[in-house]
Amino acid sequence: MASPGEADVNASHVEGKGKKKQPPARYWQELPDKEKGENKDEGQVEQQQQEKKKEQQTQKAKKRKRDERPRDGKRVISGKSDPFPGPVPVPQDRMQKFKRNDNIRKTHRKHYKLKEIITRSADASDMAQKQAARFDILLPEDAGFLEGDEDEDTCTISQEDIADAVDITSGAKYFNLKLCQFGPYRLDYSRTGRHLLLGGRRGHVACLDWQSKQLMCEINVMESVNDVKWLHTEHMYAVAQKKWLYIYDSNGIELHCIRKFNDVLRMQFLPYHFLLATASATGFLQYLDVSVGKEVAAICTKTGRLDVMCQNPHNAVVHLGHTNGTVTLWSPNQKDALVKMLCHQGGVRSVAVDKTGTYMITSGMDKKMKVFDVRAFKPLRSYFLPAGASCLSLSQRGLLSAATGDVVQVYRDVWSTPVTKPYMAHRVRGSVWGLHFCPFEDVLGVGHGEGFTSMLVPGAGEPNFDGLDANPYRSAKQRQEWEVKALLEKIQPELITLDPTELGQIDQTTFEQKHQVRVDALGFDPLAKEKFVPKFKKKGRSSAGGVERRKKQVAHEDQRVSSCFRG
Amino acid sequence: MKVKVLSRNPDDYVRETKYDIQRVPRNYDPSLHPFELSREYTRALNATKLERVFAKPFLSSLDGHRDGVNCLAKHTRSLSTLLSGSCDGVVKVWNLTKRECVRTLQAHEGFVRGMVVRYCGSSFFTIGDDKTIKQWNMEAPGYGEEEEPLNTILGKTVFTGLDHHQKKGVFATCGQQVDIWDEQRSTPIRSFSWGVDSFSSVRFNPVETELLGSCASDRSIVLYDMRESTPLKKVIMTMRTNTLCWNPMEAYFFTCANEDYNLYTYDMRYLEKPCKVHMDHVSAVLDVDYSPTGLEFVSASFDKTVRIFPKDAGHSREVYHTKRMQHVICIKWSADNKYILSGSDEMNIRLWKANAAEKLGVLAPREREAVNYSQKLKEKFQHYPQIKRIARHRHLPKNIYHQRNELRVMKEARRRKETNVRKHSKPGSVPVVSEKEKHVVSVVD
Repeated sequence: MASPGEADVNASHVEGKGKKKQPPARYWQELPDKEKGENKDEGQVEQQQQEKKKEQQTQKAKKRKRDERPRDGKRVISGKSDPFPGPVPVPQDRMQKFKRNDNIRKTHRKHYKLKEIITRSADASDMAQKQAARFDILLPEDAGFLEGDEDEDTCTISQEDIADAVDITSGAKYFNLKLCQFGPYRLDYSRTGRHLLLGGRRGHVACLDWQSKQLMCEINVMESVNDVKWLHTEHMYAVAQKKWLYIYDSNGIELHCIRKFNDVLRMQFLPYHFLLATASATGFLQYLDVSVGKEVAAICTKTGRLDVMCQNPHNAVVHLGHTNGTVTLWSPNQKDALVKMLCHQGGVRSVAVDKTGTYMITSGMDKKMKVFDVRAFKPLRSYFLPAGASCLSLSQRGLLSAATGDVVQVYRDVWSTPVTKPYMAHRVRGSVWGLHFCPFEDVLGVGHGEGFTSMLVPGAGEPNFDGLDANPYRSAKQRQEWEVKALLEKIQPELITLDPTELGQIDQTTFEQKHQVRVDALGFDPLAKEKFVPKFKKKGRSSAGGVERRKKQVAHEDQRVSSCFRG
Repeated sequence: MKVKVLSRNPDDYVRETKYDIQRVPRNYDPSLHPFELSREYTRALNATKLERVFAKPFLSSLDGHRDGVNCLAKHTRSLSTLLSGSCDGVVKVWNLTKRECVRTLQAHEGFVRGMVVRYCGSSFFTIGDDKTIKQWNMEAPGYGEEEEPLNTILGKTVFTGLDHHQKKGVFATCGQQVDIWDEQRSTPIRSFSWGVDSFSSVRFNPVETELLGSCASDRSIVLYDMRESTPLKKVIMTMRTNTLCWNPMEAYFFTCANEDYNLYTYDMRYLEKPCKVHMDHVSAVLDVDYSPTGLEFVSASFDKTVRIFPKDAGHSREVYHTKRMQHVICIKWSADNKYILSGSDEMNIRLWKANAAEKLGVLAPREREAVNYSQKLKEKFQHYPQIKRIARHRHLPKNIYHQRNELRVMKEARRRKETNVRKHSKPGSVPVVSEKEKHVVSVVD
């Protein structure tokens, strides 16, 4: 079993600063010390209460007449004072979780109407934030966890032990499918996490409701299968076959053969845009709008065979890994890459991006696994895996699974703390070909040469799903309704940008635009520099040569000044 | 080893029987809802498009008059009753819910010039070209009885406008002078004139009930206090004002419909320049009426369109027209803020929705919620160029469209000429006159 040792971060192309910055703590991380955390919470609550008291007192000074409560601020019911007066305080960290970063600039005093609108909307969003934080406390499920006894590494705990220790339904989620004939297998879970799609290299495609182990369809496409992907519902899936891209329905009936998409190696489905992004062996990145069946964009990346691909779920930008060690970021609106990052010496083997769009994990032929801050494009950590990771996958709660040969390792907190040993490990038969965490479940699906293994990874899945977004328990009617709504609010591909909040920012006229308007209005450029006209000098000093010399002098001076400014 | 794996009990997430409603557990965590803004924007765009799709403002036309409809009157107590007077002297009472005429009476010979319902709703007054003021009972006469006015006053001159006091048995007429009448007497209790020989309309202020305003043919708007013997003040404009209407909520504002295609909102305290000039009509504006909320008003114009303006916007938010509608003479906004009634030259009264895309009838709670949500979204994203373009688009009849463009060209030419003159004359000798100041000639106290 390979375990990572931390390698030097600064070995990357981007020069980091001397000291490592601690990345901000994410909400799914447990507080270092539970009790301490609680104490802290209490402290905060107390502080809030005190603040509230103060507020009450100040308010009382303003409107004493209206306040009918006794002056000590405690409400009295049947002789006993309420030990918890006022509304329940909300913990600060939960408030932080629901914070939207809309810092509205203060307006000029003259715009009193605008000011009023801004204050009102700020109040409303404050209230929404508070309500959401308060609601968050009431969420029914807690995340899973795995803790070893003293001197017991969690990575030595076998899957059988876990399956024995948990309840029967959860234990049944650990299973192996022995499919040694058509492997190795790629896999994909549907967005609700109920359905599993398996695609064997040698043409075997099967989709099943993996929790009830009900087979929906099983076909052999009699061609090699490069990748499989669910589309927006569990009724359609795309299969990248030897030559073309095919779309089948859940009964295994071929719906479309898309000849425009040839030699596809990897696919990603952007669920909110209804786009299927494909990367082909010919170096093309193509986008298919699956709601209307049109090709949205075809980009020639000019970087050769594309077999490493992932999407950033936060902004729908596609990340491609290349054999020269670069990772490129793409949107359908631009013919060139948005960003090119040199991440590894040697080719990139796998890329994964976390759901908040903050971290990117890459693994390369140089046997390193690196963590990048993909907003600032900075390396955060670098790990050395002796066997190198061929597949990477991130779970909803930030667990990272890496496949090294036939061993699947799961890491926790790869970006916040330097990790020395895996959280869990499991050996499968045959080399790993596909890895995927099941959404909303503590399950990791592993496709390998001998079939498929469903692993239990406690703490991987988001415990509380949103019923209007992806509901694992939805009925057929609910699914239909969801489909209509989702199609109605399909985001146009033009809105894919690196920063998804860019749409909400004010489009200010630049100085150039203002200047252009001014030039058009005036008919001349008021800021243009006057052309140098050499003065006429007497006594033969205005000879052609002299004039030319003086002109050159001035030009030279200008150049020096402008270069100085640029520097 | 301590282990916990997510294990949900399906009973907590699935309804028990099919008679229950579906359970929808929510989690508002922003990281589970990516692309918040883009999705909201898409929703707003869809809502705006749907609003345009559902914008069907025309409800019905009430026909029955044998001549052009000259005046309309709202019932003060009953929402469903409307009175209309036509150019052949016929007054009709309409039931708006059934959309039918319930009573017809030959009130005058010649035009019915004005009509108003008494504040109690029991009777109404009409004036006509036959120089009479008649008071009629709101109740129809019994079977076999003849239509007889309760009261008839024979005036000396032709009356052109009429309005009733909000609380007292006093009404005002205008013609060659503005007269204040007591209902019990046959002669006016007070007469105002200010060197003018003809008035076109008179309106009582709905809040300061003793105040009234009138429009005169010498291009002036005159304000009166009923308790005084002389008029208060007047403002003279460049063109004649046809009618005026007081804002029912902020009653110091009134809006007047002018012959120069514009409407002007004045603050009664500062008549030196209007607070707002409302442009968009391409012909003389004939009538104006405020919504009961006082936030919007509707205007009727000679250009065969009806336009709705927000009270503080320079341009209209809505324009209504049909192929058959001719010059719109009179307009009323219904007291429940939902409908607009227009009477036009071609003998029809038309019923419009005040909010073109609004669904009529009772809304289910979820429907109402959805409507409110999309309304808020539209408001939030109203300045985005694509949404603004869709929300603003209105189809106009060809001739009005071209006339509007022509007016624009003329205005631009005038502006250009003025700037040229200013450029080539002594600085300060050609001052910049704002649009508001342009149309006021003088204010006389």
